Amino acid sequence: MTRISVKVDGTAYEDEVEPRLLLVHYLRDRLGLTGTPVGCDTTNCGACMVDLDGKSVKSCSVLAVQADGGEVTTIQGLASADGEWHPLQRAFHEQHALQCGFCTPGMIMAARDLLRENPDPTPEEVREGLEGNLCRCTGYMNIVRAVLAAAAEERRHQAPEPGAVAEHAEPSTAGSGAPV
Amino acid sequence: MTTVEEPAGPAGPAAEERPIGFGRMKRKEDPRFVRGKGRYVDDVKLPGMLHGAVLRSPFAHARIVSIDTSAAEAHPKVKAVITGETLAGLGLAWMPTLSMDTQAVLATDKVRFQGQEVAFVVAEDHYAARDAIELIDVDYEPLDPVVDARRALDPAAPVIRDDLEGRTDNHIFDWEAGDRAATEEVFSRADVVVEQTMLYPRVHPAPLETCGAVASMDPVDGKLTLWTTTQAPHAHRTLYAMVAGLPEHKIRVISPDIGGGFGNKVGIYPGYVCAVVGSIVTGKPVKWVEDRSENLMSTSFARDYHMNGQIAATRDGRILGVRVKVLADHGAFNSTAQPTKYPAGFFHIFTGSYDIEAAHCEVTGVYTNKAPGGVAYACSFRVTEAVYLIERMVDCLAAELGADPADLRMRNLLQPEQFPYQNKTGWEYDSGDYPACLRKAMDLAGYEELRREQAEKRERGELMGIGLSFFTETVGAGPRKHMDILGLGMADGCELRVHPTGKAVVRLSVQTQGQGHETTFAQIVAEELGIPPEDIDVVHGDTDQTPFGLGTYGSRSTPVSGAAAALVARKVRDKARIIAGAMLEVSPDDLEWTKGRWSVKGDPAMTRTIQEIALAAHGALELPEGVEGHLEATTVYNPPNLTYPFGAYICVVDVDPGTGAVKVRRFIAVDDCGTRINPMIIEGQVHGGLADGVGMALMEFIGFDEDGNCLSGSFMDYLLPTALEVPAWELGHTVTPSPHHPIGAKGIGESATVGSPPAVVNAVLDAIGVRHADMPLTPGRVWQAMRHGQVEAPQ
Repeated sequence: MTRISVKVDGTAYEDEVEPRLLLVHYLRDRLGLTGTPVGCDTTNCGACMVDLDGKSVKSCSVLAVQADGGEVTTIQGLASADGEWHPLQRAFHEQHALQCGFCTPGMIMAARDLLRENPDPTPEEVREGLEGNLCRCTGYMNIVRAVLAAAAEERRHQAPEPGAVAEHAEPSTAGSGAPV
Repeated sequence: MTTVEEPAGPAGPAAEERPIGFGRMKRKEDPRFVRGKGRYVDDVKLPGMLHGAVLRSPFAHARIVSIDTSAAEAHPKVKAVITGETLAGLGLAWMPTLSMDTQAVLATDKVRFQGQEVAFVVAEDHYAARDAIELIDVDYEPLDPVVDARRALDPAAPVIRDDLEGRTDNHIFDWEAGDRAATEEVFSRADVVVEQTMLYPRVHPAPLETCGAVASMDPVDGKLTLWTTTQAPHAHRTLYAMVAGLPEHKIRVISPDIGGGFGNKVGIYPGYVCAVVGSIVTGKPVKWVEDRSENLMSTSFARDYHMNGQIAATRDGRILGVRVKVLADHGAFNSTAQPTKYPAGFFHIFTGSYDIEAAHCEVTGVYTNKAPGGVAYACSFRVTEAVYLIERMVDCLAAELGADPADLRMRNLLQPEQFPYQNKTGWEYDSGDYPACLRKAMDLAGYEELRREQAEKRERGELMGIGLSFFTETVGAGPRKHMDILGLGMADGCELRVHPTGKAVVRLSVQTQGQGHETTFAQIVAEELGIPPEDIDVVHGDTDQTPFGLGTYGSRSTPVSGAAAALVARKVRDKARIIAGAMLEVSPDDLEWTKGRWSVKGDPAMTRTIQEIALAAHGALELPEGVEGHLEATTVYNPPNLTYPFGAYICVVDVDPGTGAVKVRRFIAVDDCGTRINPMIIEGQVHGGLADGVGMALMEFIGFDEDGNCLSGSFMDYLLPTALEVPAWELGHTVTPSPHHPIGAKGIGESATVGSPPAVVNAVLDAIGVRHADMPLTPGRVWQAMRHGQVEAPQ
């Protein structure tokens, strides 16, 4: 057993854990933070993605002991304290970017990381940025739209002057058209 | 694209009032999912809960000499080790399947596929359970496996199912449909006959959430509660009652949020039974959740149809007949999900969308040393295979005749005035306007321009392909006279209760796995009753709380349960009319319904809203003789027929001549599912199904080596499309309502998975100029096909 201290979604925890315990199981089974699911056993699917010290990681491939002293943000820590959703959460809802919801937590965490690195991505860059996250329901198109919509909203938020929306952000609720 | 205005359903009210019910409503289930507050099976945590793990066979075929569990039992955290012998003592070593075969829960005599369940360990946590299965020592005596289905019926082939009395070979069933003699006759007078052998390879639905269960047997009240990944909770409850001998009212099956099903979660798996037995043995709740490799290796595969198709036509391109012989690889146990009378599902819809004079098919099922399954992955009971067969055969015929594939299809499509259309193998298609649908897809694609571009590229040595698929689905199983699952008729119940303050709860027998039922069923009731959908709660997935029904698969929710929801709302509306009559002191016959209210004919000021009526129904109002208070109704819907949605798909690919790599550049999909309840959700269903189709055509494949080792037991080898392999989908639609459905709606969920693979394959083969090559069209296989004009079927 190894003693770890870790901050998760703003709460500090101290725990004794087996060195082999995966971070995703620590979050789910020990802390009860079941918003982060497991979709595979080979690190391909990305459903378990969380933010560890400012980087998105697949928590099925990180040991809990490696998070010692670190800070983790999960999907359950994204909404603000007063319950206001993160722009990505809103955009996923608005753009119908989720169905069964199982990939959604990891997908949103990956998109959050992507937008931090590239606040104004092209549709192709969004697709590349989400390559580590599998979705079986949506066929990805509405996810791309949602990420572009959230990016546009965040940019509007940061630079509220009119005309600040980049030309290739084309969030749309129409059935087709915009090549995303 | 052109956006076609959504027309009202046949029973729909005036257009200006429509947004309350039908329409692009955002999903009610999203708020919990985007915040990580969904509740899936592995999120369930109960006091004292233990964890199970399954030991699996490393061999495809081997006799079990002995199983030594002593070291596992000695593990300090282990509470129970269950073997086939333990289960045999309870009469549970074998369980019945949905195709009335038997399947081993835990192997007793021998193992019959790699990954088969051999023992089950229950421990304090799942790490310990995994440790302990490594401590079990099984002595196997390997046997020759049957891997290639084409050799399963060789007299020398080892007999896999020697557990079945009198079984001396690997033959499961022969089944046929259509008119053999009439088909021979049209073939005898055809100018052109084209024959093509093709394999629809074994794939897997691979929902992102695997299968799992939490079983909790309460030793005090004797009630079993089972949280489980099931698409059919009521059918599961009944089967557990029949198999385990538990009384049905003492079993509660809860299907919580399900992380995708795609047909993978229809049947009962050994792990569920083991969790139940584990809970009975330990007196504690037991959780079992499989990992990805277990899911891919042991749960329901899809397809695996070896098909030989023949198509007969006149020289000028009129299709006369089709005949097909199928060898169906069902694995070691026949656990194919199917209505009882349909061992090959609805494969006999293979005449497709064409006006064909005669058709015949023969299907032979065989056992092999592979995991069981067959019907899964949005197949609508083998319609994927049927559509692939006919759409590939039409392209083969086009190649033979030197005809344009779009033109050949257009000339042979059924015409709108032919519906309802009796096809030559027993289906009655409900409605369709196929030529309009195909024309729309060709317009959206710019088909003529694409062909010009292709011709130019060919001049330059670039490989561009255009592939078409025009499909007719058959979904909404089904009329109970013909269709049952293990004797349970495929009708579905629905209950609707309006509370005193005018809010409502609708209870369904079907079970969403992401398809948005909580939203769309509220919309159906809203449309019928005028109660806003936000005020209607949709309850499903809990057998203690919902009416009996067969569950969600085969795109049957809208056709069957959607009809039930509309009809139960109309029952409530009829009762509200009597109550409104009492409130207004007029005869109910003097009232007319406008959305959400009953009003006196000719005096619209004399009116009561459904909310006012609901309150009065629970109040002191004097009701007419024989009218009970409150405002609720139940119904059971037994569909008169299935629904037949259809679609025209066009795929554009570029193939790298040096590597064989395929890039899907465009995909145009025009679907017609009749009345569209929620276009946003329909589009999402289509997007997902198209990605499935691209995945199957280009990447996905469950392969085996000659020893029967599964070569695709993880996401390292079983390749699913990411955002990079699929294009931005281009959708269109037409609306041809189902005449027999209460709101004119047809199923849609599986259409894209059914319709898209042949479009992709036709496009790739069009690009490289090869008559046929089997999926998956990976770069290596395309490269081989380019070099040799063909490529061997994958194994």
